[in-house]
Amino acid sequence: MAFSDKILEKSIDPTVHQMLDRAEQLGIETVWDRYEKMLPECAFGELGVCCRNCNMGPCRISPFEDEGPQRGICGATADIIVARNLIRMIAGGAAAHSDHGRDLAHTLLLTAEGKSGGYAIKDEAKLAALAAEYGIATEGRGKDAIALELAKAVYAEFGKQEGFLQFTRRAPQKRVDQWQKMGIDPRGIDREIVEIMHRTHIGVDNDPVNLILQGLKASIADGWGGSMVATELSDVLFGTPEPVRSEANLGVLKEDHVNIVAHGHEPVLSEMILAAAGDPGLVAKAEAAGAKGINVVGMCCTGNEIIMRHGIPLAGNFMQQELAIITGAVDAMIVDVQCIMPALGDLCECFHTKFISTSYKAKFPGAVHMQFNEENALAIAKEIVGAAVENYGHRVPEKVFIPKEKTACMVGFSAEAIIKALGGTLDPLLDAIKSGAIKGIAGVVGCNNPKIKHDEGHVELVRELIRNDVLVVNTGCNAIATAKVGLMLPEAAEEAGDGLKGVCQALGIPPVLHMGSCVDISRILSVCAAVANALGVDISDLPVAGAAPEWMSEKAVSIGAYVVSSGIFTVLGTVPPVLGSAVVTEVLTKAANDVVGAAFAVETDPVQGARLMIAHMDKKRQALGI
Amino acid sequence: MSQPKEIFVKTDRCMGCRSCINACAVEHSVSKSLFGAIAENPRPKSRLYVEWVSPDNKVPLVCRHCEDAPCMYACISGAIRRDADGVVRTDTDKCIGCWTCVMVCPYGVIGRHLEEHKAVRCDRCPDRDVPACVNACPTGALVYQTVPAYSGAVRQHASRELLKAEGG
Repeated sequence: MAFSDKILEKSIDPTVHQMLDRAEQLGIETVWDRYEKMLPECAFGELGVCCRNCNMGPCRISPFEDEGPQRGICGATADIIVARNLIRMIAGGAAAHSDHGRDLAHTLLLTAEGKSGGYAIKDEAKLAALAAEYGIATEGRGKDAIALELAKAVYAEFGKQEGFLQFTRRAPQKRVDQWQKMGIDPRGIDREIVEIMHRTHIGVDNDPVNLILQGLKASIADGWGGSMVATELSDVLFGTPEPVRSEANLGVLKEDHVNIVAHGHEPVLSEMILAAAGDPGLVAKAEAAGAKGINVVGMCCTGNEIIMRHGIPLAGNFMQQELAIITGAVDAMIVDVQCIMPALGDLCECFHTKFISTSYKAKFPGAVHMQFNEENALAIAKEIVGAAVENYGHRVPEKVFIPKEKTACMVGFSAEAIIKALGGTLDPLLDAIKSGAIKGIAGVVGCNNPKIKHDEGHVELVRELIRNDVLVVNTGCNAIATAKVGLMLPEAAEEAGDGLKGVCQALGIPPVLHMGSCVDISRILSVCAAVANALGVDISDLPVAGAAPEWMSEKAVSIGAYVVSSGIFTVLGTVPPVLGSAVVTEVLTKAANDVVGAAFAVETDPVQGARLMIAHMDKKRQALGI
Repeated sequence: MSQPKEIFVKTDRCMGCRSCINACAVEHSVSKSLFGAIAENPRPKSRLYVEWVSPDNKVPLVCRHCEDAPCMYACISGAIRRDADGVVRTDTDKCIGCWTCVMVCPYGVIGRHLEEHKAVRCDRCPDRDVPACVNACPTGALVYQTVPAYSGAVRQHASRELLKAEGG
């Protein structure tokens, strides 16, 4: 099929081309249309120089006019306004990740108390390891007693006023020392976020550098706090991921099945949806309605959570959420929190799809709300799945169009799984890095963004890295993008440089390792910390780099900030709203090196971005003398 | 003879966001991109203005390219000419910076380029089909149309209002 250039230039993914063509035929608007209508985007916003923090304004600093305002009404300069806006983005992102973590702590607490409806502690080894980290006695105690004490200890991390977050102490001592020296060792997860909101209120902190330091502090409380809590407690409750094979892309939807798309972020919901979808009564109901079964597929990070623990196929990443509905084959789109477009409500009205919201925190126009709670989790999940099964009968066959494309992938490389693949110790990885077979490790993460050809930023950057013997570990929408093009198969080692190819083939692993959802970037931090500790150096000494080629969310800003704060050079593929301030730009791209041993770079060309990362690794290798 | 297009201003639609001003400066920069333009020296200059009139009116003003342009007649160095498209242009080579054009312009939309010592004004973006300011306006307060098309739309609106007033 031939598509117009207008369609082809939007994505590298053939399913997107087909679905956009379909959308055009049906006269349906998508994220790309809305983006075009938004152009040109507001220059004040792009530069970060607008402030709405008080009602003397709104104010904005003129980037051009010599006579235009150069200070806000309170006197704030562009530097102050940009810094305040940036760290408010960090607060938003850190809050989102951390609230996700809090929900896991809540679920663990209820489960330990025997009050949750359907959850169990699946990974007792991890429970014991975490208990040991927290100094909780395990000898001769039952798992529920240990879990109860752990849940309470972790819960307390959120509201803590003093001291430190336990997981931050996974970082090398040198790193912790540096954080303490700079005053950015977080005291409590919520506290640092609240302090950002205080400091950015009218008339509080007006020193751009001081503001940014608080931003870094809150971001560390995300990466080594809230996000790490989310990852670790999810593993305790649902199992630590191990390599598993599955498939990715819209072709995983099945014409003859009840299709349920689980979209959003927290596995607390999706795990129960999966359990409910296996209920014999509901399956029988689906069969009675003429379907061959119930097909649950994932979308965005919910997809990452369930593919890596259960091999549940992934329908796509952020930019494909609307396209899934346009297939006309989705009987229910079940969502919880984060990255769910409010456009889905109107879109679902064009099809039979039931848009089901489940979190009291996240309601949407056009959605049916079925409130989920942990106490009655399985029962509610069955109701939700039941609604999807019931809706199958409303499907309009002539409106169904499912692209055929889906790609096999091997996913589920938790830190534990990587060590297992290495034969139980990090040594083979360290040796490969020392010998140069592996030049370095790159963490590639982040969203989709219509400012960049969908998935091209992700895939081109990753391809350039592996070609140059850089082992890629990834999460989020980047992981989905690389799964869809076949880079998450051991066979993809053929695309890698000779060194990396040899290592992958010897271990039977792909050159691109799926480490999970966006909170699972904490897994990457844990691996970096383990490698640094094994070598007796700081993370900032390692030949590692990060990238977010298509980032768009506040969560991504927090991620970038904590990755850099952890000592990892990070390349951003879309320009952050900071260029209106020369000071903030300078701090982020240069001065940060003196504070945390790493800085940001912005490079919109993915291949050039990869080259910046490789050059950084070469520099670090030279410094290490390897 | 085909009708030339003009930039019309719907004052009731202006939000005062100054997007037009930024887009104008970017269009008149060397790099023609926002992120490039803010780093240029001299900083590119916008050629249109948004005035605020109490209590809450925002009024974008841009060179009208008057048919009987006072600036053109007042220019003592003969720098101001109307080109074939009807656009009133200042020839920067000839401009001596006497600011006579500024004194006679009834709209006050001729500016001063400090570094170049020249008068600057809207040039209708010769490299674009639609001027940058019009393209940038998020509310349609600036429209680029011919006089018949614009006044036709106004007549349509007036007609509907009239019918409504007559009890339609």
